[in-house]
Amino acid sequence: MSVFAAIRPDEWNFPLLLHVLGAMLLVGGLVTAVTALLLGWRRDAASYSRLGFWALLLIAFPAWWLMRIGAQWIYSKENFNEDDEPGWLGIGYLTADGGGLLLLVTIILTGIGVRRLRGGGEGPSALTRVGGVLAAVILLAYIVAVWAMTAKPG
Amino acid sequence: MALYDWLLFLHVLSAFALVAALVVFWTVAIAARNVDRPVDSLRFFRVAKPANILVVIGTMGTLIFGIWLAIDADAYKVWDGWVLAALVLWAIAAGTGQRGGQTYAEAQKLATRLAGEGRAGEPSAELRTLLQDRRAMWLNIVSSVGVLLILVDMIYKPGA
Repeated sequence: MSVFAAIRPDEWNFPLLLHVLGAMLLVGGLVTAVTALLLGWRRDAASYSRLGFWALLLIAFPAWWLMRIGAQWIYSKENFNEDDEPGWLGIGYLTADGGGLLLLVTIILTGIGVRRLRGGGEGPSALTRVGGVLAAVILLAYIVAVWAMTAKPG
Repeated sequence: MALYDWLLFLHVLSAFALVAALVVFWTVAIAARNVDRPVDSLRFFRVAKPANILVVIGTMGTLIFGIWLAIDADAYKVWDGWVLAALVLWAIAAGTGQRGGQTYAEAQKLATRLAGEGRAGEPSAELRTLLQDRRAMWLNIVSSVGVLLILVDMIYKPGA
């Protein structure tokens, strides 16, 4: 690994920076959203859910694109053999794309939940609760992805 | 997994924790910027609570596992220019972040005291001033830029 890192071509650095920065901001957006949405289970559901929703939409969602575009950019430079790709790459694809889809579903569900709460709903909405759980699942998946990207199993 | 792989994972995970904490702090700082009622500010401070733990894990973890990595890996040395640059940036980011955070800690204390006195719903000019403190905001900007520069330094490894 250390040898690999030392001989990484310079032109990979910028896409890698975009990829890692996007992933870090994505995790940050998810931590903010999970914390706010879970706090909303117990009290002040409307304001916490609103904060969680906006953290997902304005931080996590754009950061996901930054992470994903950076990943594809590096992939295009690495010339992997499609029939013999390393295992960590598969984990990366699965968590990035699966997590992205789940993130989109979470944003939609939480957005509908927030809208219902604004319409005078009392207590936490079932949709924002589901959104909180889904956001926590995505966060765990991305921690596994961080392990796969650094330890590079297989 | 070799020791190097574990160290790299824990180093990068710590960096993720640090940036995640910064994202939470910035979200709370921006969202609470125009708040003047203790009840509202305390709501935001509750969101920042896990980030207070993450920032300690992230700050210490990046340093400890980073130095350990530099000692363990044959390709790098602790006195390499880019490693020393990262250590200087780390010190700047940690110092400014800690000082910037003190103002928000004061705001939290004030909000808690006012709420304890039964004035949770009353607007407080003092609380608003603390939450809009420009010096604290600039310290946090310097800290965040420092962390960004560390990331750039870690990826580009100038001179390695």
